[in-house]
Amino acid sequence: MNDFIQLIIAGLATGSIYALAAVGFTLLWQTSQTINFAQGEFVMLPAFFALAGMKFFGLPFPIAAIAAILLSMLTLGVLFKTVVVDPLHKQGTLPLVISTIGLAILLREGVKEFYSAEAQRFPSFFPNINIGTSAANGGSGFNVSADQIGVLIVATATILLLSWFLASTKTGRQMQATAQNPTVARILGVNVERMVMYTFLINGALAAIASLLISPIYLAKFSSGETLGLVAFVAAIVGGFNQVRGAIVGGFLVGIIDNLVAAYISTSYRQAVPLALLVMIILLRPQGLLGRAEERAV
Amino acid sequence: MNRNLKIIFGLVLVLVFIAGPADLTGLGIPWPGLKRYGTYILTLWLVTAVAAMGVNLIVGYAGQETLAQAAFLGIGAFTTALLQKAGVPFGLNFLASGVICFIVGIALGFPALRVQKHYLAFVTLAFSVFVWLLIRNEEWLTGGVNGIKDIRRPILLGISLRPALYYYWLVLALTAVLTAAMWWLLRSPWGRAFTALRENAIRAESLGIDVRGYTLMAFAIGSAYAGFAGAMYAPLVEFIDPSPFALGASLQFLLMVVAGGAGSFVGPFVGAVVAVLLPEWLRFAEGYYLIIFAIIVMLLMAFCPTGIVGLFARLTTKARRPHADDKGPSLGGPNLGGDPTAAATTVAGANS
Amino acid sequence: MLRSFTLAALAVTAGAWACAANAQDIVKIPGVLELSGAGAISGTNYRDGFLLALDDINAAGGVLGKKLALETADTASDPGKARAAVQRALDDKPVMILGPVFSGSVNATLPMTNEAQVPQIIGGEAANITSQGSKYIFRTSFGQNVSMPKIANYLRDGAKAKNVAIIYVNNDFGKGGRNAIIKELETRGIKVAADISIEAGQADFAADVVKVKGSGADAIFVYVNEEESARFLIEARKQGVDKPLIGETTLLGQKVIDLAKEAANGVKGHVGLTIDAPVPAVADYAKRFEAKYKYKSDHNGMKGYIAAYFFKTAAEKVGKFDPVAIAAAMHGLTITPDKVPGILIEASWDETGEIDRVSYLAEIKDGKQVITETLPKLKP
Repeated sequence: MNDFIQLIIAGLATGSIYALAAVGFTLLWQTSQTINFAQGEFVMLPAFFALAGMKFFGLPFPIAAIAAILLSMLTLGVLFKTVVVDPLHKQGTLPLVISTIGLAILLREGVKEFYSAEAQRFPSFFPNINIGTSAANGGSGFNVSADQIGVLIVATATILLLSWFLASTKTGRQMQATAQNPTVARILGVNVERMVMYTFLINGALAAIASLLISPIYLAKFSSGETLGLVAFVAAIVGGFNQVRGAIVGGFLVGIIDNLVAAYISTSYRQAVPLALLVMIILLRPQGLLGRAEERAV
Repeated sequence: MNRNLKIIFGLVLVLVFIAGPADLTGLGIPWPGLKRYGTYILTLWLVTAVAAMGVNLIVGYAGQETLAQAAFLGIGAFTTALLQKAGVPFGLNFLASGVICFIVGIALGFPALRVQKHYLAFVTLAFSVFVWLLIRNEEWLTGGVNGIKDIRRPILLGISLRPALYYYWLVLALTAVLTAAMWWLLRSPWGRAFTALRENAIRAESLGIDVRGYTLMAFAIGSAYAGFAGAMYAPLVEFIDPSPFALGASLQFLLMVVAGGAGSFVGPFVGAVVAVLLPEWLRFAEGYYLIIFAIIVMLLMAFCPTGIVGLFARLTTKARRPHADDKGPSLGGPNLGGDPTAAATTVAGANS
Repeated sequence: MLRSFTLAALAVTAGAWACAANAQDIVKIPGVLELSGAGAISGTNYRDGFLLALDDINAAGGVLGKKLALETADTASDPGKARAAVQRALDDKPVMILGPVFSGSVNATLPMTNEAQVPQIIGGEAANITSQGSKYIFRTSFGQNVSMPKIANYLRDGAKAKNVAIIYVNNDFGKGGRNAIIKELETRGIKVAADISIEAGQADFAADVVKVKGSGADAIFVYVNEEESARFLIEARKQGVDKPLIGETTLLGQKVIDLAKEAANGVKGHVGLTIDAPVPAVADYAKRFEAKYKYKSDHNGMKGYIAAYFFKTAAEKVGKFDPVAIAAAMHGLTITPDKVPGILIEASWDETGEIDRVSYLAEIKDGKQVITETLPKLKP
């Protein structure tokens, strides 16, 4: 039972990070029909911004972390939108998908060539100490580390803040209107262009926060985006692909399922289970776990 | 170009493909041919192009997305390798690889196409990972991470096709047959339905075309092409393991087809050049080659989403008609989008 | 349409044609290595170690009056690409081929070098590499068939383990090691309490550690790559695992110590080759490597370095750049540091290409690898 609780907590902690990435993914899809195959790399990159800030400019870690978030909003938000997405937006989804696949390669190889091919240690905001009950007698302890709880709290707070922003502020509601129907939103006087830009900025910030939270555990490495991107994608689809709430649930679910499957069923097929869930949801409940029927379908 | 010129042109091309890699000095022509590696790369290009042709049918003509072409390639490759180990001759292996992929394609596409657009992409994505996990974990069948070694090249009429050049000719012949089949398929009344489909699915449906049935067939046939390619791939490399059949490779197939020119008949061949030969040409760039590759792809998508074929067509049209309006030539471009507004513009363009 | 076809066809032929010319007084050695993908660290180390040795060899006049130059091709850690690269290298009739390091890629390429009769000096450690009858394959480190018995002895005698949990990475390296150690444990009457595979690149080890803890094992054998080793150790410490963590070479490597920091303390095991070996020549090598490449060499760096001197010694013994004769001279060759300082530690190669040399039992204390015992050569 202790093991089970421990696995659930570990799953929630990593799941919360997946949720951050999945929410950003969903937001981009909603407002601009961008299926971002570079989302995993977006989560990989900000950690290197912070590392570079500390290494080359001697910034202390908290400052470097803030700088990384701001730089991510600029590059992964503004630059990504204006340089990659906007020129391709008129061409439809597929060329943009291909372009983001290219971008993923570019970011991955860029970090590898210009920073390092090796995994990097990354500092944590939280102490790596056990705050659970004693675990010294082989197997029956109940271990929860402070950094797991810290990750869970920060990620959840970020998600709650975002949900509040989308639901309760004027800008947030305008963004949701844009996501649901840009034409109507424009008629109603919403500055659609600006709202779309906001989603890109939010995605950049979410990716950076996810990066700063995950890198102390996962280590920062150029190739880590491949797995993360797939997980974010799966979480987003499991959650319905057109709903922020769905992506959050999807993220947590994938995190927990992954841990439980590895512990109780099979380690060599652990990747298959979230995907099996995905297929089942597509077949039985195509609008996603919490999703509504796609309103923009032809 | 008049008709005679076209025929001569075609014949020369066929000759170049047949004789290109061969050593012709014995015939008095000062052409030493390609070394084994050059021939290998050329063969790999053909194999890749066959699988890419399948993607083109699915993406460029049927307007769907597949993220499982490498997985089907793997199914084909392992089918051929395993049957060969069981003593079945190559011809049957080749057919079996295609047929199995066709059946799996039907089984996979039938439920997935029931739901909306993009969902085939999601299901194929999951399928890709499943197949890879199966290949890697089921050691009793596939050899697991150690793969299958010593896959022999076939013997035809008592001649061993082990030498690189002979095997290249076999692959060239099979590719020619598959290309002709695809050409015929797209020109047949059955194939014309695709053209109607991709230009306006709703109108096609109202004209009595079974959209779902056609899309499903396109997906299954496209997947079968990957199976055929896999059957040629295994004896080419003579060794197969899980890595070339992972999700990343499937993404690369999608990438090469769109970069080459989705919905254009030669697109897959050009796309395969990008995937197989560009890395060879960028060898000088060493570690930077993937960075250069990525930038080229992104620029191409931004400035010419119809791919290299579209770019080429645009350039030649401009050269021929210097005063032509700057609207690109109508390639009968596929509806590449999920965005209904983009679809609407394409349709309007095609109708005008 | 025909036009595009012709263009493509011309492009294809032109591309396939790009081949390098041979200079007269430079002997080119093709290096088919993991420069990207999962094996990037190993491949890069192997390359840099070899290059460091080449610099010294060339500065001292080269081999048989000729300078050596390494020409690398990246396998992207993919056996299929490795095959293509070896094919390309063999077309130019080289005197030897360096690499690959990954066993899967070695297995895929060794029939080709055997057929072409070109010696291939590899970094792979899978047990089955030297049992396939190739006369042209040579190791630079112990195969799992040599290292796993040593680890199993240590588990029995040093750790006094009765039940061992095995964590292995699900690729050719990990799977090969797992199969070899299970065989060795069985013959020593040690039970396998848990048999857990992890993915290359896996990040979350919470579930795996929970499984290990619940298995009732009294020792844990960890056989995964560097980064996964570090992540596993961090998670194991976090969950308060108190059973001995035992590893083979990788787990005690410098990269793992750098990444896992204090979580690596207390790890024990067998080390085939290490820059912390109590040998002055090795320490000197490590210093020069770090000065030149700005990072610390691991055992793969040493393997590459030794490979260069192995080739040089054999070629000079033969007296000409004849791959068949060089391979023949390599079999049964023993190289001692007093004659060839670059070999660092005395090494012998047998008829199958297996290497024999001393090895070490080590422990990580206060973030440093400490050698606790030196194990003699198998056939002194």
